Amino acid sequence: MSNPSVKHQHTLASRVFDVLNVAVLLFLALITILPLLYVLAGSFASESEIASRPFFLWPERFVTTTYEYIFDSGTFVRALLTTIGVTAVGTVVQVMLTFTMAYPLAKRYLPGRALVLNLVIFTLVFSGGMIPTYLVVRNLGLLDSYWALILPLAINPFYLIIVKSFFQELPQALEEAARIDGCNEMGVFFKIVLPLSKPIIATFSLFYAVGIWNDYMSPLLYIDDSSKWTLQVLVRQLTSPDAQNALAMLESVFFPTEGLKFAVVVIATLPILLFYPFLQKHFAKGVLIGSVKE
Amino acid sequence: MATDLAPPPAKAALKPGRRRPKVTLRTALVRYRWLYLMLLPGLVYFAVFKYLPMYGVSIAFQDFLPFLGYSGSPWVGFKHFEELFTGPDFGRLMFNTLLLALLTILLVFPAPIIVALMLNELRHSVLKRSIQSLIYIPHFLSWTIVASLTFLLLSVDFGVIAQFIHSLIGGRNVDYVAQPEWFRPIIVAQLLWKQTGWGTIIYLAALAGVNQDLYEAARMDGAGRFRQFWHVTLPAIRPTIVVMAVLTSGHLLDTGFEQIWLMTGALNRSAADVFDTFVYYMGITQGAFSYSTAVGLFKGLVGVLLIFGSNWLAKRLGQRGLF
Repeated sequence: MSNPSVKHQHTLASRVFDVLNVAVLLFLALITILPLLYVLAGSFASESEIASRPFFLWPERFVTTTYEYIFDSGTFVRALLTTIGVTAVGTVVQVMLTFTMAYPLAKRYLPGRALVLNLVIFTLVFSGGMIPTYLVVRNLGLLDSYWALILPLAINPFYLIIVKSFFQELPQALEEAARIDGCNEMGVFFKIVLPLSKPIIATFSLFYAVGIWNDYMSPLLYIDDSSKWTLQVLVRQLTSPDAQNALAMLESVFFPTEGLKFAVVVIATLPILLFYPFLQKHFAKGVLIGSVKE
Repeated sequence: MATDLAPPPAKAALKPGRRRPKVTLRTALVRYRWLYLMLLPGLVYFAVFKYLPMYGVSIAFQDFLPFLGYSGSPWVGFKHFEELFTGPDFGRLMFNTLLLALLTILLVFPAPIIVALMLNELRHSVLKRSIQSLIYIPHFLSWTIVASLTFLLLSVDFGVIAQFIHSLIGGRNVDYVAQPEWFRPIIVAQLLWKQTGWGTIIYLAALAGVNQDLYEAARMDGAGRFRQFWHVTLPAIRPTIVVMAVLTSGHLLDTGFEQIWLMTGALNRSAADVFDTFVYYMGITQGAFSYSTAVGLFKGLVGVLLIFGSNWLAKRLGQRGLF
């Protein structure tokens, strides 16, 4: 597309196509974003407005009662704090484990490296499955523990292989110099390699953080205790068609009003959208690094 | 892929090890102790959370009882597999899983290719980037959010899409998310909404790599815009399409567990039950560990066959496969 004006002859058919093309793409962009804007508007609208107007992007009257209710409710605040905590700790654990394992795997001269790599790749083709993994977590005594939301997902094999490829591309001269200065391999890793890897650490921190924040399957499998629910579980409990039953068990005081459904979706989405500019930049890069064959 | 990842130096380093294992192994362990130490936590992770469950798959051939453990539970051979294949659920599970897979291949897989090609024809670069930024967003939203949006938009009482469909086809108000016949359209619509935009990235990267001289040459030969598209653009992204097709078909049976589970209700299970959610239902809800493991193992093995089969097919069609 270096010189588009030369590339396309401006025939009538070509222009008609361009107009249609733009129209369809704009339509796609709109149906992507409109549901989100509607939920945002709905979270600030009154119950009667949600019930009476099928679609709106601006509430007639701004009310914040839903949010006031949410931040007064122990259940919500607890779920929010739980999710933030698990995401923060989990991301640190995942990044540390992934990067420390990727570094030795990037050393072609390390005996046994090929075997370990093949063992890693095999897990991409075949896995024990849901129930055997559940039993392992249970036997470790991790049921109803926050660690169950972190440890079973501690290393994503795809990310591990991408980070390993990245380490292989790093110039070896600096590492050699440090080694001659008397640094051992671990010293080289922490003092030389990690500081050089800041962008890719940021990328994979975001990968992992979004993964934990959005995870619904792990809490579904491993968390029974409703005081340990994460935000995603709460979203599910509040908005699912049989929400009334679930909530009756949870807190007898409130019933899910419609506004609450909108607001909880907004709260669970907002951090993702706030980070979105960074996500877009880093993730697109990550996808492309990942697509390069070794 | 596996062969690519095992470079000659590593093999060369291993070879002497076979002749004099004791000395070399000890030398290596001493010499590279820091590297092995760094490898250790990761190895423990893979051993505990990946390979221990693989060993745990053996309970598919047992009547596993937690208090007897893996070694103490009685072996029953293929009993659970026979139960699965002859039982009342198998046909429905297979049909639902395969139909969703077919719909994914036909409707969801081509969508990002088409949108990427459309974006590629867009000349206004600011507009192009703005549209890209918007359509990538849903990829980052969780399935619980997507499911909640669906419930809100399809709500019988106030959902805007529900009212729209209602005004089109008439009749009485319908609770779409509870109807078996609406289950698959909703799943496909969700997949399209969530993944199409993000899926374009890989194709746009391939399109950006097309040599512009090829367009120049095609134009010299008198090719119009459509013929340039047909003879230059499409061939340029064909390898990417094949690789993505191989990847997709390897995961055909992996109907996204979270998505299906979230959209499954008491009333639409006849259409919604697939292997993944059935495993959860039988294993976690009903506690039938051995039977559900057998179901999961069956699905996993078919998945392995699909990966190798589609890779073989890609090579037969003259394309580079994955491995």
